[in-house]
Amino acid sequence: MEFFPKIETRNLNLYYGSFSALKNINIKIPPKEITAIIGPSGCGKSTLLRCFNRMNDLIENVKITGEVIIDNKNIFDKNVNLLNLRRNVGMVFQRPNVFDASVYYNLTFGIKIHRLMRNKNKINDAIQMSLEGVGLWNDLKDKLKKNARYLPLEQQQRLCIARVIILNPKIILLDEPCSTLDPIATLKIEELLKKLKEDYTIIIVTHNMQQAARISGWSGFMLLGELIEFNRTKIIFTNPTDSRTEDYITGRFG
Amino acid sequence: MCIREIKESVIEFFIKISGFIIILFVFLIFLFLLNDAVLLFKDFPLKEFIFGKRWLPISNPPHFGIVPLLLGSLYVTFFATIICVPVGIASALFIAEIAPKFLRNILKSFIEILASIPSVVLGFVGIVWLGPFLKDTLKLNTGMCGLTGSFLLALMALPTIISISEDAIISVPKSFKEAAFGLGATRWQTLWRVVLPSASSGIIAAIMLGIGRVIGETMVVMMVTGNAPLVPKSILQPLRTLTATIAGEMGEAISGSEHYFALFAVGLVLFIITFIINFLSVILLSRSKK
Repeated sequence: MEFFPKIETRNLNLYYGSFSALKNINIKIPPKEITAIIGPSGCGKSTLLRCFNRMNDLIENVKITGEVIIDNKNIFDKNVNLLNLRRNVGMVFQRPNVFDASVYYNLTFGIKIHRLMRNKNKINDAIQMSLEGVGLWNDLKDKLKKNARYLPLEQQQRLCIARVIILNPKIILLDEPCSTLDPIATLKIEELLKKLKEDYTIIIVTHNMQQAARISGWSGFMLLGELIEFNRTKIIFTNPTDSRTEDYITGRFG
Repeated sequence: MCIREIKESVIEFFIKISGFIIILFVFLIFLFLLNDAVLLFKDFPLKEFIFGKRWLPISNPPHFGIVPLLLGSLYVTFFATIICVPVGIASALFIAEIAPKFLRNILKSFIEILASIPSVVLGFVGIVWLGPFLKDTLKLNTGMCGLTGSFLLALMALPTIISISEDAIISVPKSFKEAAFGLGATRWQTLWRVVLPSASSGIIAAIMLGIGRVIGETMVVMMVTGNAPLVPKSILQPLRTLTATIAGEMGEAISGSEHYFALFAVGLVLFIITFIINFLSVILLSRSKK
């Protein structure tokens, strides 16, 4: 591979109780690219994504072996600061999960919990930057006091992304971020992601193969907890090495 | 019209009537109280009833000043609320978010037991134990004072506050918590900044219902607050509430007498207070939903 990986997993296994959800995953995620993880439901793609910011810690009965290396550090090491990890590896979820509070509250939440800045002007600058980053500034600059739950879904999802990038993360994880959006809103979010990859390493889990083909530079295909194939998206979609990958992308199952 | 349609319309009618009957009852109770209460003001000036500082129903001439009773009720309710709201919300948070499953079940059944203790029994506890205990520790003249009542009333309001707040906290969408954790929030930050604000409307409703419970409670306050119809200078003095006055004096008031009507007027005041509390909670609820 011709890049130095931003994230690298080594023999990563994950068990829910006795169920083996991830089997010996070895993947190298390129920096400042969009990497798509595709595969049928229940193949473990979301579980893999949630390893990168240790969201699986919240679930009881989970056992993880192996390593996830981000910036030369295994994030499962005891001396890793979990809260800083999650700040550096932001996450956007399937459904827009803005807090039941104002746009302003949503955006400043991360700043407050990490005590990043106190100065009001600086905070306002950060809000403007992050909203401009997701193309919402013109829509929302006069509505910062408005409850975010009353925005259109697409704007809510953009706001969720803004809420992440205001913390200056290195990596953004997206777990099927467009699954509740209509096709036009989906295209807009995709445009946004293409723009954001200039500054961030992006990993997106998606059901939608066209989406993966449209936006990602690299793709991984997962099946039943295994990473079957990982390569440039062009190759995965035109000339996959594994027959199971080919079956999936040609729509024979899934 | 076939039988099925008739059945449907009968059921619909019945349900409608049941709904309207509630409104009718509330209205009738109000009229009933008002009807007897106004008779007091034929002989006794309304102004003196509202602003009078003496409640001496069997002196000559009698005084029916409601201020001491009103203040008694407000004092006891205020302090009971101060005690039970933080404790109630904290335990609701603990039960809903922190306690492991087995502990949660134990706590919930104990709260149910607490709710089912008759108020007379709590009154006993107040007389025999809490009153003397407060008297000794705070060096009071008597343990039969407002504070004793406040503690017991707080205990009575706790189950209401805890269980309704807990429902509200549990129904906060999981995705909110995920979002907070995903941004690197600690458990406490998530509870304080995300879960509690999202549950606030339910918690406010819980508090209001708890206050309603406290202000209407009679037996406990009658047993432990000393029942002195004086304007209380502090919560550590004996006092008497609106409810205890009605319950204590109704038996000895001659039907149709001024005293009798005065008690109805006290009841009317109580009715209006609870009405205001409910009204406020509706306003608060609708405001927090915006």
